[in-house]
Amino acid sequence: MAEAKLINPYPKGLTEVEMRYCPGCTHGTAHRLVAEVLEELDIIDRTVAIATVGCSVYAYEYFNTDAVQAAHGRGPAVATGIKRVQPETVVFSYQGDGDLASIGMAEVVHAAARSENITIIFINNAVFGMTQGQMAPTTLLGQKTTTSPQGRTVEAAGYPIRICEMLATLPGASFLAREALTTPARIRSSKRSIRRAFETQLAGAGFALVELLSICPTWWRMDPLEAIRHVEEKMIDYYPLEVFRDRLAEEDEGGDTNA
Amino acid sequence: MPKVKIDAERCKQCMLCVEFCPRDSLRISERTNLKGYHPVEQCDEESCTGCGICALVCPSVCVEVYR
Amino acid sequence: MSQQRRKVFISGNEATAEGGIAGGCRHFFGYPITPQNKIPEYMAEELPKIGGVYLQAESEVAAINMVYGAASAGARVMTTSSSPGIALMQEGLSYCLGSELPCVLVNMVRGGPGLGNIGPAQSDYWLATRGCGHGDGRCITLTPYSVQELHDFTAGAFEIADRYRNPVMVLADAILASMMEPCELIPRRDLPAPDRPWAVGPHDPDQRERNIVNSLWVEFDVMEAVSQRLEERYRQAAEEITDWDEFGSDEPQVMICAYGISARICESAVMQANDELGIRTRLIRPKTVFPFPTEPIRSWAERVDAALVVELSMGQFVEDVRLAVEGRCPVDLLGRAGGNVPTVGDVVEKIREAALRAGVARV
Ligand SMILES: Cc1ncc(C[n+]2csc(CCOP(=O)(O)OP(=O)(O)O)c2C)c(N)n1
Ligand code: SF4
Ligand code: SF4
Repeated sequence: MAEAKLINPYPKGLTEVEMRYCPGCTHGTAHRLVAEVLEELDIIDRTVAIATVGCSVYAYEYFNTDAVQAAHGRGPAVATGIKRVQPETVVFSYQGDGDLASIGMAEVVHAAARSENITIIFINNAVFGMTQGQMAPTTLLGQKTTTSPQGRTVEAAGYPIRICEMLATLPGASFLAREALTTPARIRSSKRSIRRAFETQLAGAGFALVELLSICPTWWRMDPLEAIRHVEEKMIDYYPLEVFRDRLAEEDEGGDTNA
Repeated sequence: MPKVKIDAERCKQCMLCVEFCPRDSLRISERTNLKGYHPVEQCDEESCTGCGICALVCPSVCVEVYR
Repeated sequence: MSQQRRKVFISGNEATAEGGIAGGCRHFFGYPITPQNKIPEYMAEELPKIGGVYLQAESEVAAINMVYGAASAGARVMTTSSSPGIALMQEGLSYCLGSELPCVLVNMVRGGPGLGNIGPAQSDYWLATRGCGHGDGRCITLTPYSVQELHDFTAGAFEIADRYRNPVMVLADAILASMMEPCELIPRRDLPAPDRPWAVGPHDPDQRERNIVNSLWVEFDVMEAVSQRLEERYRQAAEEITDWDEFGSDEPQVMICAYGISARICESAVMQANDELGIRTRLIRPKTVFPFPTEPIRSWAERVDAALVVELSMGQFVEDVRLAVEGRCPVDLLGRAGGNVPTVGDVVEKIREAALRAGVARV
């Protein structure tokens, strides 16, 4: 019998630096998927990663690309600056839900409205992880966090924001998908959408964002498996998994571009 | 023979691979790594098909799959 | 032989915009605010013609972060705004400082605090020289006093920004912004790309390591080393680019310190004081306020009997003058605010009062 071969060599899109995420945290999975896509598309050397502020602040140490660290929420604006100077550079901004959906809402909405030719990887874990588990704009109703200790209520904090659905109202958003980093099948599907989001940029088709439902076992105070079950049972209910827009596919079909 | 190799120093004992392995081929080891976790090891090389699911779900990028 | 400068009659805002282009700026990100709207409008018209990019950001917060991105990618980039907008840019500016990114900002200062008004003011002196967001970074700050200087200083700011890997702010005001004057324009030319081996972008990994633009330094010693490096640069800048002008009596009894539009008014007042009141007066006019011309002010302070500071604020610049003077002579302040500007007569009267108090003039 032939010698068994390594089928999953360490992704070239990642450095050897060990990621500092908590056990089970799917930030690591998201990093790996992005790195694999960069390698498969052969764009590592012309990609600039933007690390924002959150648990993924050190993303610039993990992605084996040039990188820029951006202020909290400003990833899409920084990406815009880079892309307008260097249209040939592949630029992606990696952002949490506090970063993107709270403090950085204006930047992401306007980048989408302009159909800025960039890619956004949006990690929705329904809390502020880095600052120790406070409520995020994406925190589910009833969900307990360190700043909604009795559970989030509509009276106190209104409703969680569905970013993809909101951005889908903008014709400038060219690729929008929500995926979940839970089961093997969903992780494979996440990778397909991440790849599509980069292909959209490479085709010059404009703004692409992938929302990844992600777990924060530490601040959800669950073990990783319970956390995965929580996404499957609760989060997906409110945040349906869907490709909301895929302009490249629409163009392939010669259909209406929904603009 | 398909098998998996786990980088014991990088493993954080999250158990995702153990849970998702369709052949129950993985388990927590007795040893302790430098971070204080009990890294996962393969307990049953016979049953492993090299499907790669453990590597797919591993957030620590520390599983190598041979097939 | 470089091309001839072309003389035109032009507003301060336009001269600033054209100065940016002459300095090599091909990327402009901004958000409208009076009294500097003519600058983005000019850039929107001109930059696309020369292969550049004008982009109207959704806010000043976004604008400065676009500047941050563009500077990271190696571009000569600028933004312009006025007081409330510059206030909003402070966080991004701090990131530019921390990541050691060259870029140029122009502040056409207006009345404040709050929404204030659109009148001329110099009340962002602290914002420019002390502000720059949180942390230990400082903005190199240039203070033009004419349309010509707005043009020249803005053009020159890019080279300074690159030399020190630091943001440079051109600090002017609402009068200079809208005033029309003759101005000799530096010819537009294609400058070679700035030498920025640290910039991000497509590269051959065999040729260089990956580049990271970053201001996060969790280790105390590393963060302190960054602060020390910045401080060393500012010390170096103080030696190399501190700039000022002097005007009036060579044996002054009274020294006037003023920058920008205030210095224009003071020039006339100095002439009157010398010629009509017989009070020997000299104007020291900083063209850079960070680095600050401490030495000339200090050495004149040794010799004069009194000093007068004139500024469009209740007293910000005067603090730097007092630090330079260090008690060598009394320092008086004529400060106006809210868009109001002292007349030449007001300044002359203040000179007379200061001279009287110092016992160097009669009645
Ligand atoms: C201007 C500013 N405000 C607040 C903070 C503090 N802060 C750091 S990370 C963070 C929230 C991060 O949450 P999220 O984006 O959801 O990422 P996660 O940590 O969950 O991955 C906050 C509020 C900051 N760094 N800067
Ligand atoms: S705090 Fe939450 S989001 Fe942050 S690394 Fe830990 S599990 Fe992941
Ligand atoms: S998934 Fe990875 S980190 Fe988690 S237990 Fe398995 S090998 Fe260890």
